[in-house]
Amino acid sequence: MEYQTFFSFFRIYLSPIKKYQEDYGILMKPGRYLVLGDIACAEGAIYAGCSLFAGYPITPATEIAEYLSRRLPECNGYFLQMEDEIASSAAIIGASWAGAKAMTATSGPGFSLMQENISYAYHTETPIVIVVVQRSGPSTGQATYPAQQEFYQARYGAHGDYESIVLSPNSVQEAFDMTIRAFNLSEMYRLPVILLMDGAIGHMREELIIPKPETIQIEYRYKLGDPQTRENQILPMGQFGEGHKLLVTGSAHEISGKRNYAPEVHSATIRRICSKISNASDIIEIESRYLDDAKAVIISYGISARPAYGAVLALRKKGIKVGFIRFKTLWPFPDIILQKLMNEDINHVFVVEMNNGMAVREVQRVIKNAKIISVTQLGGVIPSMESIIKKVEAQMECKN
Amino acid sequence: MQELMKKYLRYLPHRFCAGCGNGIVLNCFVRAIDQLKLDTDSYLCVSGIGCSSWIPSPYLNLDTFHTLHGRAIAYATGAKVANNKLNVIVFTGDGDGAGIGGNHLIHAARRNIDLTVLLLNNYTYGMTGGQVAPTTPHASLTSTSPYGNPERPFDLCKLVEAAGATYVARWTVFQPRALIKSMKEAILHKGFSFIEILSPCPTEYGRRNQLSIRDYLNYFKELSNPQGNGSKIPLGVFVKKEAPEFCMQLNLIKMKAQGKRGEKID
Ligand SMILES: Cc1ncc(C[n+]2csc(CCOP(=O)(O)OP(=O)(O)O)c2C)c(N)n1
Ligand code: SF4
Ligand SMILES: [Mg+2]
Repeated sequence: MEYQTFFSFFRIYLSPIKKYQEDYGILMKPGRYLVLGDIACAEGAIYAGCSLFAGYPITPATEIAEYLSRRLPECNGYFLQMEDEIASSAAIIGASWAGAKAMTATSGPGFSLMQENISYAYHTETPIVIVVVQRSGPSTGQATYPAQQEFYQARYGAHGDYESIVLSPNSVQEAFDMTIRAFNLSEMYRLPVILLMDGAIGHMREELIIPKPETIQIEYRYKLGDPQTRENQILPMGQFGEGHKLLVTGSAHEISGKRNYAPEVHSATIRRICSKISNASDIIEIESRYLDDAKAVIISYGISARPAYGAVLALRKKGIKVGFIRFKTLWPFPDIILQKLMNEDINHVFVVEMNNGMAVREVQRVIKNAKIISVTQLGGVIPSMESIIKKVEAQMECKN
Repeated sequence: MQELMKKYLRYLPHRFCAGCGNGIVLNCFVRAIDQLKLDTDSYLCVSGIGCSSWIPSPYLNLDTFHTLHGRAIAYATGAKVANNKLNVIVFTGDGDGAGIGGNHLIHAARRNIDLTVLLLNNYTYGMTGGQVAPTTPHASLTSTSPYGNPERPFDLCKLVEAAGATYVARWTVFQPRALIKSMKEAILHKGFSFIEILSPCPTEYGRRNQLSIRDYLNYFKELSNPQGNGSKIPLGVFVKKEAPEFCMQLNLIKMKAQGKRGEKID
C-alpha cells in the first residue's frame, strides 16, 4: 500500500517535473503571451506531452498543424501531414498504440471523415485527442466563419454505442488549459477526447499565461505491467514492440483482445467502456455565477458564452435578476449538476448557442420546472449582447 | 511444419475455406520470419477488414492490429513513425488495399515509408460474398457483375511503382518458395515494399467463374495483362532500389529543428 502511494506520487508529480527540467529549453517559457487560440491549443499539446500530430489542412484549424510542424520536431516529436482526415485519425490511433500521446485537429468536414476511426478508438479504448475548430456548415457552408454546430456530431457522430468526453474552451487561455486536460483525460480514461473549439476562439488573439511547469499536472496512461491498478474499470494498455503479442481489434473481443461475438461478451465490453465515463465524477466542469437570487438563467458555452455573460451583467444592472451558467464540459452532459444549480425561483432558462438549437434539447431533457427558451444565432456570426438582452427582456416582460 | 505453426500461431486451425490462398500465405509468412530470425517482439502485423485481413489477426502470435476496412496502411504509418524500430507488415486484400484504401496505398508508396505491404489479390471482395473489385478481370462474373465486369482492372504493381515504391513484386500462392524469399527481401528492404499475391477464392470467385483449384494455377498464368496488350500477367520482382526512407527523413528534420549541425535533408 505504502509502495503504491509512493509509486503514484512518483508517476504523477515527479516524473513530469523531471521531464520539464530536461526539456525546459524547448518549451515556451512560463510567462504572458499574445497568441491565437489555435497556437495556445498547439502549445498546450506540447506541454501535455504530445509527440505525434497527424492532420490535413482546413480552416480554421490549419494554424495548429502549421505551428506543430515547426514545434514538434524541436520537441523531439513528429508531424505528419496525411493524405486526408481519414488517414490522419487512423495514424494517431496507430501512434497511440505504439506509445505516443497523439493528436489531430480539424473542422466539421474533416471531423465527419474521421468518425469511423473515432468509433474504432472508442471500441479499442485508445487515448487520442481530436481538436475540432468549428466553422459554419452544413457542408462547406461559410468556411471561414465560426459556429457551434458540432455539439451533437461530437457526441453521436461515430457509429455504435459509447460515451464521449467533449470539452469546450471559451478563451485563448482555456484553449491551452483544456488541451492539456483533454490529453490528461484521454490518458486517464483510455479513450478519445474531443476538444470542441470554435473558429472565433481559434482565430482570436488574446493573452495566454503559461504557468510554471511544476504547477501543471500531467497524466500518463495505465500501462500493461504497471504494478498499481486503477479504479473505474480502466484496463492497462499494452504497447506495440514491448513483447505483449497484442491483439488489437475493432471486432467484438474479450479483454485479451481475442475476437468473440458472444452477446454476453460484447454487451459487457460496451457497458464497461460506457461506465468508465458515466461513473466518473471528475470529468464535468461547469462555471456558474449569480444563481443565488436568480429568477432567470442564461446558459451558454464556447465563444457565445462571452456575449451571454455580458448580457447577464447588463440585465442585472437594470435590476433583472439573471444568473449565468457556462458548460466547460459538453459531454458527458451535466444532468445532475445542472438540476442542482437550479433554485426554485428560476422560471426562465435561456440557452444561447451558434446553431439552430442543439444544447437546448439537452437542457429541456434535464430541466422540467422552468420555461426553456432557445436563443439561436446562425450565419457564422457571434450573437450580440444586445440581441440576447432583447430576447430575455421580451420573455420576462410578457410574463410580468 | 506443425512445430513451426505452434511456434508462431496462437490459434489453430484457421477458419479459411478449403482451397483458399490465405492459409498458404500464412504458412509462407511464418516460414519467412522463422528464417529471418529477427526479434519477434519487433513485428507489428497490421490488417484492415476482409478474409485476407484475418491472416495475422488473430492467428499470428505477434503484435497484431486489426483495423478498419481500407485503413491498415494509415494506421501502420502512425505506428511506424511513432516507433521506427517496429517491423511493420500490412496484410491487405485487393478491395481493402486497392479499392477503399487505394489512396493510402499510393501515398505510402510515394513517401517510401518502411512498411511491407502484402496484398492478397483474389480478384474479388471475398468476405462480403464475392462482389466486383477494382482488380476483377474485365468481363468476369461476380455477385455484382452478373453480366460480366464492365470495368478494367488495376495493374497494382505498376500503380505502386509509379507512386514511388522501392520494392515491388508479384507472385501467386502456387510459388511458395519464391514468395517466402520475396517476403524476406521485402521485410529487410528499407523503404516501401509491396508484394501482390495472386490468391484463389474458390468459394466466391472460383465458383462463379467455373474455376476449380486446379484451374486456378493455369488461370493465373493465362490471365491477360490488365494493360490490354494481350501479354500475360508478369510475375517476379519488378523494382528493387534505394531511395530516402520517410522515417529517416523525419529524423533528419528533428535534428535540423533541434539545431544539430551538419545534417541536411536530401
Ligand atoms: C467502411 C466499410 N465498408 C464496407 C465494409 C464491408 N466489407 C467488409 S470486408 C469487405 C471486402 C473485403 O474484400 P478484400 O479486401 O478484397 O478482402 P477479401 O475478403 O477478398 O480477402 C467489405 C466491402 C466494411 N467493413 N467497412
Ligand atoms: S470467401 Fe474466399 S477469400 Fe474468404 S476464406 Fe473463403 S475462399 Fe478465402
Ligand atoms: Mg479480395
